[in-house]
Amino acid sequence: MPNKTFFWFFLPTGLAMILFIGLPIISTGIQSFYAQHDQVVKEVKKCDPFGCTVSIVVDQEATSILRDEKPLGKFNGFGTYIDRNHLAIEQISDFWKETDSFGEFINQVTNLPFYKALLFTLTYCLFVTPNVLLLGFIIALSLNAISRKIRGPLIFGTILPMIVTPLVGSLVLFWMIDAEGIIGANLQLMMEDPYLSLKSSRTLTWITIIIYGIWHHSPFAFVVFYAALQTVPQEPVEAAIIDGASRYQRIRHIVLPHIYPVVTFVALISLMDNFRVFEPIIGFSAEGSAQSLSWLIYDNLVNEEVILFGSAAATSMMTIIGIAILLAPVLIRTWKEFRTAR
Amino acid sequence: MEYGLDKRSNALKTFNTTFIIVWLLIACFPFIWTFWGSFKVRADFFSRADWWYAISAFNTLLETGGQFTSKAYSEAWTEGEFWKASRNTIIVTVFVVSISLFLGTLGAYALSRSTERYAFWILIAALIFRAMPHITLVSGYLFPFFELQIWGILPTTIVVLVAINQPFTLWLLYSFFKTVPKELDESALIDGCSYFQAFRYIIMPVMWPGVITAGLFSLMLAYNDFTVTALLLNQENHTMVPKIQSYLGTNQHEGNLMWAVSAVVSATAPLFMLVMFFQRQVISGLTTGAVKG
Repeated sequence: MPNKTFFWFFLPTGLAMILFIGLPIISTGIQSFYAQHDQVVKEVKKCDPFGCTVSIVVDQEATSILRDEKPLGKFNGFGTYIDRNHLAIEQISDFWKETDSFGEFINQVTNLPFYKALLFTLTYCLFVTPNVLLLGFIIALSLNAISRKIRGPLIFGTILPMIVTPLVGSLVLFWMIDAEGIIGANLQLMMEDPYLSLKSSRTLTWITIIIYGIWHHSPFAFVVFYAALQTVPQEPVEAAIIDGASRYQRIRHIVLPHIYPVVTFVALISLMDNFRVFEPIIGFSAEGSAQSLSWLIYDNLVNEEVILFGSAAATSMMTIIGIAILLAPVLIRTWKEFRTAR
Repeated sequence: MEYGLDKRSNALKTFNTTFIIVWLLIACFPFIWTFWGSFKVRADFFSRADWWYAISAFNTLLETGGQFTSKAYSEAWTEGEFWKASRNTIIVTVFVVSISLFLGTLGAYALSRSTERYAFWILIAALIFRAMPHITLVSGYLFPFFELQIWGILPTTIVVLVAINQPFTLWLLYSFFKTVPKELDESALIDGCSYFQAFRYIIMPVMWPGVITAGLFSLMLAYNDFTVTALLLNQENHTMVPKIQSYLGTNQHEGNLMWAVSAVVSATAPLFMLVMFFQRQVISGLTTGAVKG
């Protein structure tokens, strides 16, 4: 296809992506170097028969004029990145000096908002992704062994958790698991602990959200693995059976190598999706004990008084860097393949 | 994969069947339970006294005189203005799907027929864009949208959702277009068609399965979106998913939690029916990217 024709065909979608994905990333980058204005204060002298007092009040008018003039805020350089709510360089060096043991130091650091969120996000990725792969693969193997006639409805039932939006999915589970729901109430009875509830401990909340993640993402892995299983050639499998290979050996040495590229694909996609975990935290109303990077950004953007654009943008930029680190191995591999193919 | 030579042991068969049944229970029961509970009053579905009330409908009988009540639905749809939210969802979904498909088919066709190196890099860029968390993009939108005074209205959200959706649509349609033989449009070009005519009259007619799959995924993205719609729309224009969240936030009112339950069922039911109808397309869409490409 000639370059000119390509250009006209691609222009609409290219424009949409540049304007609403490319530019916003740049806009986020710029915003991250600015911080909202401090409130302008003035001294007010108040005199009454008993003498004069000077008090400091917020000059609403001057503040709003300043905000209108420079809506982006004041230039802050990397200030937002290193403040207490983000990388917290100063606090960390203080902790390093003050704390006696390494464990205590780690404990202090993971209490800072950014590191707390990072820790949760990484823990979530680390537990959800492998389990999703495993569960998805087992479901695909099992369903594949079931009679073809009834597979359709079974597949429909299996993919339900995936097609609902994460907020709805987590709400539906939350209403069952919460102390007043069917599972929560029965757990209380079984454990004989009337105060047992999702919100009672941080570990429980984390486990619940991780279980939700596995429940929500496994169907995706299942669908891809199921499709890949249909393409496994029959001859090697039959040869292996004749040679007396056990079921496990056949899966390990024939099926798995065949679907290996698909496994990396699923792992990559679910890693990317898990890294932006956000809606379940709202669905489970777990803000108190589990915060993710995306949730931090959301929290800044729905701030009641002033939207913290700068703070949200700085967290966004660091999230993007995180995604880049996750994607880097794949990109490097693609680049190498592309270069050798040429 | 049916092993002709394979003799399956009975124990394994039983284990397999049990596993599938347990998994299906885990996957489906929450939805069935929510559907069932949406016809009860709050004191039954969220019972402090005894969870069995949700089944025996103790309080529902006391309050309404029947085993089931549709009070939560009627209140959410009228008083809770869920009708407005569903209208907004329909508007957003229809526009997002049609615009996405229009832009996506044009772009993906060009990508699939180009032999230049930049086509490869565009696809890689699209993959990187696909990985961006939506909330980071939203934090980029908010400020400029406030300044331009286009925040809060439906058209802005539609355009944003279309753009966010493009990378995935491009990849999906690209792999579908790759399966259509090149000779088809080349012969049309030799016969004197322009590229656009070849695209419009030769390629599109054989592309319907791919277009339906891509359309379904655009639909699911627009219908299910929370991040963009919650932050870029004002209260008045909220679609269904942010509306459900707003029912949770305003908990002072007895009925509100049940509004959320009935709203969840109302929002999920059409989606389930759609997927039931188009199951084959959904699965082929999820797998083309993985298996073929």
